[in-house]
Amino acid sequence: MSDGPIISLRNVTKKFGDVTAVNDVSFDVQRGETFAFLGPNGAGKTTTIRMLTTLTRPTSGTIAMDGLDPVTHPTDVRRRFGVVFQDPSLDQELTAWENMEVHGVLYHVPRKETRERATLLLELFELYDRKDALVKTFSGGMRRRLEIARGLLHTPTLLFLDEPTLGLDPQSRNQMWTHVKNLNKSEGVTVFLTTHYMDEAERVADRIAVIDHGRIVAIGSAAELKAQTKTESLEAAFLALTGHAIREETAGAADRMRQMAAMFRRR
Amino acid sequence: MSVVYILWLREVKKYLRSRAQIIASLGSPLMYLFVLGFSLGPVFQKAGEGSYLQFMAPGIMAMTVLFTAMFSGIAMLWDRQFGFLKETLVAPVPRIWIMLGRTLGGATVASIQGTIIFIVTLVAGFRPQHWFMVPVAFLIIIMIAVVFAALATAIGSTLKEMQGFQMVMNFLVMPIFFLSGALYPLNGLPAALQVLTHADPLTYGIDGVRGVLLGTSHFGVALDVGVLAAVGAVFLVLGAWRFSKIDV
Repeated sequence: MSDGPIISLRNVTKKFGDVTAVNDVSFDVQRGETFAFLGPNGAGKTTTIRMLTTLTRPTSGTIAMDGLDPVTHPTDVRRRFGVVFQDPSLDQELTAWENMEVHGVLYHVPRKETRERATLLLELFELYDRKDALVKTFSGGMRRRLEIARGLLHTPTLLFLDEPTLGLDPQSRNQMWTHVKNLNKSEGVTVFLTTHYMDEAERVADRIAVIDHGRIVAIGSAAELKAQTKTESLEAAFLALTGHAIREETAGAADRMRQMAAMFRRR
Repeated sequence: MSVVYILWLREVKKYLRSRAQIIASLGSPLMYLFVLGFSLGPVFQKAGEGSYLQFMAPGIMAMTVLFTAMFSGIAMLWDRQFGFLKETLVAPVPRIWIMLGRTLGGATVASIQGTIIFIVTLVAGFRPQHWFMVPVAFLIIIMIAVVFAALATAIGSTLKEMQGFQMVMNFLVMPIFFLSGALYPLNGLPAALQVLTHADPLTYGIDGVRGVLLGTSHFGVALDVGVLAAVGAVFLVLGAWRFSKIDV
């Protein structure tokens, strides 16, 4: 299982009732690669990540993660990746340090190693001084940084980053991508990322896939995508591939909950 | 095992940090205890049933345990959409451990709340028949807590939105409480009510606590404990199954 693509999708479709979120998608991600998954809102990025991370099952088609099917071998698949979700998944009632500790236990990281790596990562993301403060007292940017630090605590073979830099200032974005690039180089971690910032994708990704309306519309390096669309920048290439229309998303249960949470936080 | 422990610890830490919630959740049991306890007391006495406070104190303890345990289901819904549940669901550990950690954490918190109410009832004048039976009563309290924390996990895993929990409170939790014999004796009830009270697992919990603390039991403590254990096992399996099916 040590060779072959680390992620492989074949004709994967996911339907929610009548809505087809992901439509007959096939692609591979190679080991050690930094792979950007781009698309307008509602194109199917997050649904794809949820299928890859064992949170939801495809309606049809097959997925192989390091050769394993996430539907039949969820625990083995989970052992191989780390993930930073688009939605916050921190425990706000715990401190930053406790969040790291819980993560260490959940991922079977030895205690000593958890302490060392948590210290290192919290220092890297400039959160160490606030390590004993409850997460609910953190600003949005600090939470995001903690979320990323936590995702890096165990060194996974595969790291999913779903819009990790949303709401981060340029300093933190830079810090984060530098660190992710280092991990990718020094430890051979495969990185699967989504972002709306084309400059980031261009800077870090070896290959880029563009998804729209649940289908892959282009796949290749930034240079290849630009050549294919005869455009000068990745942003222009992206717009050429996906059009200029702004997408409407129907609010699901999760969105409504998110709005409610935002209301509560505003107190 | 360490996974179960850390998630249990998380529930307990969260509880100990939310002083406001602790105090707020003691409000309604205190109302029942003092307002109902002292207002219905004379009537109860005249009916020849003895002290109402003695009678209802175990019921109010169990009620506190029921409400607190069921509340852990709401916490789970909250965690589910934008919180921490996802982090645990993608971790490389069997979901049954996560479910057990959460459920036992919820049950522990409920048992602590029940203990606080027990102390309050002592202050109000409740006296157990034999003090050495108090630890046994607590074993039954813990069983009640596990039964309803497991039920809360099953419900919290199934519901998708907060609004649904309002339904659960009104059409499940309140009936469980009112049909449990927490507030009235089980003898001489109309037939329909008798069937319903006998189908309510909390009835057996409260009856067991009364049997142990007051020496008056309707079903016998052995049957009470047996029913609680059986229902607890069923709810734990149900909770584990529903939890394993969560699709976020």
